[in-house]
Amino acid sequence: MAIISNAVTIADAGAFSASLGSQVLIKTLTASNDGTLSFVDGASGVVLDNTYPIYKIEIIGVHPSADNRDLDFNVSIDGGTNYNVAKTTTTFYTYHVEGGGTSSLEYNPYADLGNGTGFQEIMENVGGDNDQTGSGEMFLFSPSSTTFVKHFTVRTTHYSANNYNKHSYIGGFANTTSAVNAIQFKFSADQIATGTIKLYGIKDS
Amino acid sequence: MGVISNGTTLLDAGAIDSGVPTGAMTLIKTLTASSSATLDFLNGASNVVFDGTYDEYVFKFYNIHPATNGADFTFQADTGTNTNYNITMTTSYFRAAHGEDGSGDSLTYDAGRDLAQGTGFLQVISGIGNDADGNGNGTLHIFSPSSSTFVKNFIIRSCTSYEDGIARDMFIAGYFNTTTALTRVRFKMSSGNIDSGVIKLYGIK
Repeated sequence: MAIISNAVTIADAGAFSASLGSQVLIKTLTASNDGTLSFVDGASGVVLDNTYPIYKIEIIGVHPSADNRDLDFNVSIDGGTNYNVAKTTTTFYTYHVEGGGTSSLEYNPYADLGNGTGFQEIMENVGGDNDQTGSGEMFLFSPSSTTFVKHFTVRTTHYSANNYNKHSYIGGFANTTSAVNAIQFKFSADQIATGTIKLYGIKDS
Repeated sequence: MGVISNGTTLLDAGAIDSGVPTGAMTLIKTLTASSSATLDFLNGASNVVFDGTYDEYVFKFYNIHPATNGADFTFQADTGTNTNYNITMTTSYFRAAHGEDGSGDSLTYDAGRDLAQGTGFLQVISGIGNDADGNGNGTLHIFSPSSSTFVKNFIIRSCTSYEDGIARDMFIAGYFNTTTALTRVRFKMSSGNIDSGVIKLYGIK
């Protein structure tokens, strides 16, 4: 039975005909002194498969439990058992100190990976003062492809330990033709004291 | 009474069923400039929500056209019921450029447009030409503006036909260096009015 309102079909055949938006919130993780935050397909209501062609991750106000920590991520092809997929990446950032004396736009060769399996840095030297935090967004494209490598782009901004605003751009690909089915975030040491990470799916139609 | 279509519950108890994926991006308010000196979004006024309802707010700018050639489109914020719009910011700014005649291609950190604990308005779109077809566009993300613990991070990407025929792609980020909740955001040109254009505010679930 269709639902028709004012001559407009709202729902039919078990689905809405009206647009419900193209960005769907899948899962919210809220840190509380956590060593890691992970999204694993099929666990805890997480979808990270071919349901959506693009996944967007919002990182909101992450705060490390200790000063001067890097926020990193890695992906998994075995449901989160191992986070060690080879990645080739580029990283550049711009920064500006609160005192105004130092500013720069530069490539950061110390944070990129050349088929490295370690975690990829996406915020460098996040401050641990009470008011210091970092935020940003990441897009992961077609993680479930079994034909192509998996591209991602990341953009973050944070309040660094040495009182800089640091604005980072990271791009690259996970060099695997296996489906990526999990992603994990953590600081280079210690815990994610507070912060929120949200996973969205972007519909293709 | 629930609404069930083809065995799938679509509506129940006055709400869309939790199993139905819905949009995560909510349009809150649209402001349209008409020779406007300022465009303000005030939490609690004119149906604007800008508080802890959403973790992230997104402003989108469409076809911002200045009354004055080369004017910058700028923004600031304030707290409580204050109307000074002078919150301290530290920011970074870089941009790519390329002239219509093929000259002037560059990628540059622009120290003349960043802020180091500055309280002035920040350039969001720099140097918009006011030719009949000149305009600027872009997006601003503000994370957790209502936090009473952390500084407020933001990231901006914008583009314009810079004054006389130069494409400019601008990347700006920073933080409002306050632990007081932001309640309002103001946009204005550095000189003259916003002749025309649209600003939309969205909340991200």
